[in-house]
Amino acid sequence: MNALENAMIEKARDLLEKGVVKRVVGWERGEFAYDPSPATFESAQSLESFVYNDFCGANLSKYLIKVSKNEGKTAVFLKPCDTYSLNQLIKEHRVDREKIYAIGIECQQKLDHFAIEKIGIDGIREEKYDGDEAVFHCVDGEKRAKKEDVVLLRCLTCKSKKFAIAEDTVVLHEMTESCGDRFEEVRKLSGMTADERFAFWQNELSRCIRCNACRNVCPACTCIKCVFDNPKSGVAAKANDVPFEEQLFHIIRAFHVSGRCTDCGECSRVCPERIPLHLLNRKFILDINENYGEYQAGEESEGKTPLTSYQVTDVEPGDAVRKGEDR
Amino acid sequence: MQEVNTENEKFVPNIVAFCCNWCSYAGADLAGSSRLSYPANVKIVRVPCSCRVNPTFVLKAFQRGADGVILCGCHPGDCHYVTGNYYTRRRMALLFSFLDYLGIEKERTRVEWVSAAEGAKFSAVMNDFVRQVTALGENKRISDLRVKEE
Repeated sequence: MNALENAMIEKARDLLEKGVVKRVVGWERGEFAYDPSPATFESAQSLESFVYNDFCGANLSKYLIKVSKNEGKTAVFLKPCDTYSLNQLIKEHRVDREKIYAIGIECQQKLDHFAIEKIGIDGIREEKYDGDEAVFHCVDGEKRAKKEDVVLLRCLTCKSKKFAIAEDTVVLHEMTESCGDRFEEVRKLSGMTADERFAFWQNELSRCIRCNACRNVCPACTCIKCVFDNPKSGVAAKANDVPFEEQLFHIIRAFHVSGRCTDCGECSRVCPERIPLHLLNRKFILDINENYGEYQAGEESEGKTPLTSYQVTDVEPGDAVRKGEDR
Repeated sequence: MQEVNTENEKFVPNIVAFCCNWCSYAGADLAGSSRLSYPANVKIVRVPCSCRVNPTFVLKAFQRGADGVILCGCHPGDCHYVTGNYYTRRRMALLFSFLDYLGIEKERTRVEWVSAAEGAKFSAVMNDFVRQVTALGENKRISDLRVKEE
């Protein structure tokens, strides 16, 4: 991975020194090996703290909304699945295409530090992949874990390894696409009875602490004034007084991003309560795919979304719900 | 009003019906002037077009104590605003399917197309929907406990 990081730093330095871009959005070294955080680099010197490793799961697209408002071009490092988010933002005119220099980067699945912690590995100093395994150099020696046990959920079912948008790429090795069925869980849930489903979601959603992390990180949640911050909307409660509050929050949020969600999985990645929020979004994606034709948000930077278009022969709502039952 | 008869006799559900101004609301009017009855616990909310109904309206209705929510609009192709109800159709198909996915009984939600000439259909639909929701009982899964009466 080091060679890749160096290649990226070289690229960033080159762009900054030549004046092609004013700033680069990437990841900055954190306190520990497993907590790199998104950062903006404005000079070649500042690139010293630049880092790219298997813990860099964050999707940097959303930061561009703010950062790219500044004067000059902004370069950004995007993993293949992140490029879809940027494309969607361009489509929605949240980001000006002219002011972005997108650099596609290699991604060999990203790690989930919650999952690593869960299987009892901590004190990580360094980490690298070795075939199907991840090798961790910890304070108390070397530990190994199966990759599928420690990578982010979204990385088990790769959307694509294509770059939806990129001026340039930094790819040193071939990227392997994990090709699980991303709708498997959704179908499993759909096969349950309504009571079982309700119990499942009640159990998951009741853990919600309304920290709003899912909303803040979501590249599709870009409203300048959010309904959940508007006391007049009636849904802005910051605490969950009754079970309804968290249901309402998640239903509204999932519906709001339906047809625009690129399934980047950031919501589940950042959830401190480990609620599988991506399953809510995937339900919408599955329904859209089955009823209105295959659609991947962010694949194109223009055109209509499923909810802003229609067909005369669309399925009736009642039939759509019944169809979901039969699945 | 006594048309609602199931085992669940004591329970009278709260039904919110969003009706579009041009077709279904006129349909309800016709039902009235034709002396066709529909349950009094159906509360009609008049909207300019069925696509005026934001999904949060439906959620809000449930939050505020509705046991069932029904949306009525012009038949597809007959929308006063030409295409409004096509959008409604997609939106509500997704929303209702999603509520079902969360385990909220799918019988609590419905979309029906009722034209201004279909007073009889309006009355039949409302009677049928009320019967369906009455059989289900009180909405407990997606309601705010704070608005419930003791």
